[in-house]
Amino acid sequence: MSSGLEKFEAEPLEDGEPWGLEALRARIRLLERGTGRAACDGLALGLPPLDAALPADGLPLAALHEIAPGRPDWDDGPVTGFCLALLVRLAARRPGPVLWLAAGGDLYAPGLAAFGFDPARLIEGRAKGDGEVLWAMEEGLRSGALAAVVAEVAELDATAARRLQLAAESGAVPAFLLRRWSRPGATVPIAAATRWRISAAPAASFALPDSGIAEPRPRWQVELLRCRAGRPGNFLMEWDHATGDFSLVAPFCDRPADAAGVSEDGPAEARRAG
Amino acid sequence: MQLESQRTARQRPAGPARSRVLLRQERGCLLLAAVDARAAAAGLAPGQPLADARAILPDLETAEHDPAADLRALSALAAWCGRFTPWVAPDRSGCDGGGAAGLLLDVTGCAHLFGGEAALLAALVEGLGKQGFAARAALADTPGLAWAVARFGLSEGAGPSAMGAATCAVPPGAAKATLAALPVAALRLAPGQVELLERLGLRRVGDLYDLPAGSLARRFGPMLAHRLAQALGRAKEAISPLTPVPPFVERLALPEPSDAPEAIALGLEALILALCRRLEERGQGARRLVFTLYRADGSLGRLKLGTSRPSREPQHLKRLFAQRLEQVDPGFGVEVMTLAATAAEPLTALQSILPCAAGVSVRGAAVPKAEPPAFGTALCPAQAREATPASEAQLSEVSSSQALLPQALGEVVDRLVNRLGAAGVTRRAPRESHLPERAVAAAPPMGPPAPAPTPTAAWRRPARPRPLRLLPRAQPIEALALLPDHPPAQFRWRRLLHRIAAAEGPERLSPEWWHPEPAKAAEPARDYFRVEDDDGRRYWVYRAEGRWYLHGLFA
Repeated sequence: MSSGLEKFEAEPLEDGEPWGLEALRARIRLLERGTGRAACDGLALGLPPLDAALPADGLPLAALHEIAPGRPDWDDGPVTGFCLALLVRLAARRPGPVLWLAAGGDLYAPGLAAFGFDPARLIEGRAKGDGEVLWAMEEGLRSGALAAVVAEVAELDATAARRLQLAAESGAVPAFLLRRWSRPGATVPIAAATRWRISAAPAASFALPDSGIAEPRPRWQVELLRCRAGRPGNFLMEWDHATGDFSLVAPFCDRPADAAGVSEDGPAEARRAG
Repeated sequence: MQLESQRTARQRPAGPARSRVLLRQERGCLLLAAVDARAAAAGLAPGQPLADARAILPDLETAEHDPAADLRALSALAAWCGRFTPWVAPDRSGCDGGGAAGLLLDVTGCAHLFGGEAALLAALVEGLGKQGFAARAALADTPGLAWAVARFGLSEGAGPSAMGAATCAVPPGAAKATLAALPVAALRLAPGQVELLERLGLRRVGDLYDLPAGSLARRFGPMLAHRLAQALGRAKEAISPLTPVPPFVERLALPEPSDAPEAIALGLEALILALCRRLEERGQGARRLVFTLYRADGSLGRLKLGTSRPSREPQHLKRLFAQRLEQVDPGFGVEVMTLAATAAEPLTALQSILPCAAGVSVRGAAVPKAEPPAFGTALCPAQAREATPASEAQLSEVSSSQALLPQALGEVVDRLVNRLGAAGVTRRAPRESHLPERAVAAAPPMGPPAPAPTPTAAWRRPARPRPLRLLPRAQPIEALALLPDHPPAQFRWRRLLHRIAAAEGPERLSPEWWHPEPAKAAEPARDYFRVEDDDGRRYWVYRAEGRWYLHGLFA
């Protein structure tokens, strides 16, 4: 800790760099990670209210992110969709392929292409159980050669999650854990940088392909349940696969998008509103 | 002594005073196929009827002849001999002429490893003797001469007890003199020809030396002259080895057999270092490696692994082997280890990472000769806009990691493949088929994608919606449609009722009538619908012959 502080103090502040409260916050962020500037890098999601809720003005890279379905065993589609949307934005930013680890492996490449993610950048790993998935994930993270590592696991404990977080930091590679269904009570809270819960939401329009849109925009209820150095929130958003953008959706037709769609009071409030 | 009878004797030792023969059946008559030493001494010979043999030796022990097992035993012995040289070939040419099965070893440049030619032969015969085979070994300038000396040039009575007489190293240049004294059967001829030569009084090979080659060929055919030339080294003869000889082999003999895992790991490390040095000298990198343990009991343990890119990085290879080293069983101890690169590819020199200042790009500092895998990003519309916000420091980090990417990526892919299996780590390649489950093929994770059946190897955005997850097998659902051609109004899947709020379709996909398998060609046509239930979950369902199936999940 102390060495990191000295190192940071030795660097003179350059012109244009934030100072005051912002600079102190940045320093705290650096100290928390201890792995330098790259670890504090964020991936902007292109949605101002969401980016503001996240530390580092975006999704922290070099960290572990947990994405859980709103309703286990039924919301696998939305969870996959949200994770892929993050990967689409990430793939534009980082070189290398994405490693996707699962026990079953039912990802459908033409569907990914329709979603805006190039299947040629995906390496699929099929493991025999959660243990092997976690081993492979750690190997992939430590190598630092991948754009991201995604793993579908049912159960893991806090120690395993901590190992993954350290591996993600050492390799500066973002890690996404997709939670599959596991027996009730087996899920323990883990130390992830962010924890998301994704549920399906009825789409506004169900466009026919004749209208020129190959795929209608999927709509999700995205809950940011936990976020280190950020603020949890609840968002109803759409994904535009043609442009690779998230957009907020007004819960009611007659309210403008910037006034609604975000509620920061927590999930319960949002569920009532949504 | 013949391999056939020895193999059987090893399995079931005969009683102290009984002779043993192997039998084969020919035209309803039992004939001797092989005899052991005691039976041979009593005057029995292969080809005799069993009745005659019983008349000579009434208490004969018999067993059935099994040529397939003999061949297997000979191949196993050939593999065992791999500790002396990789050039080992099983030789069954002697069996037809009444001789014994043998092994041909090319030990050019190997003898010094064992302390000379005589010591090599002694070690060979001793090792075979420990396994229960009495063997005679000869070393000569040509395979033909060695064959002849091993069978006819050693005193007949030499057994395992008289080890010294069971081996003979013909000094270089003495080929002609040595061969002259041997019977003509030593030339690997057909039995009929041997008989003919002996009838003409040509009993020794030396008798043939003075005859003109032309008349020999006219009288006895081209084979005799050819065999003579081969034995004397005038005609070439190649030993075709049992397994292809790998281009790079390193060998390590332990001072005494050891089964300690640490000893094996240490030996392996030394072999890896030596092999990597050899590879570097030649500018090659290993793609496939075989680690072979020659156990004290004559059996072999093998560990094979492959790399996704040519590699000669000792640390990387060590890690790959370490993952699986416990899979090989040292048995009762390991005498010799070899590490071979059975496949190697050119690999240009890699420069280690330069300690670079921020902002200096090291792109291109370490680029192997092989093309880095193309990870196309043509499909990512966000790329162009997202490329800007990275600051200068970030850019340098990205470019330096890009330069090192192929190597680091290859190494991590190797480790994954090593543990999950080659089928467990794949990339997806498009396949030209409109049936959803056949539109995707598995490709190796790193190498060039498998040759695509059609020229369009790149992924395109599908014209119609496709799900993100496709169930491995479409699952039957109970669905209710208002009209026969309409999408379902509700369906039950996994015991939960889904009310359909919106639906889109149908998209008709016909079976591939040109498919070679009749069952696949005659599948019913499917009408696909994209449906969304009350909660907003989107599914891909289809109807085939009035029945409904769920096939995929949308985002």
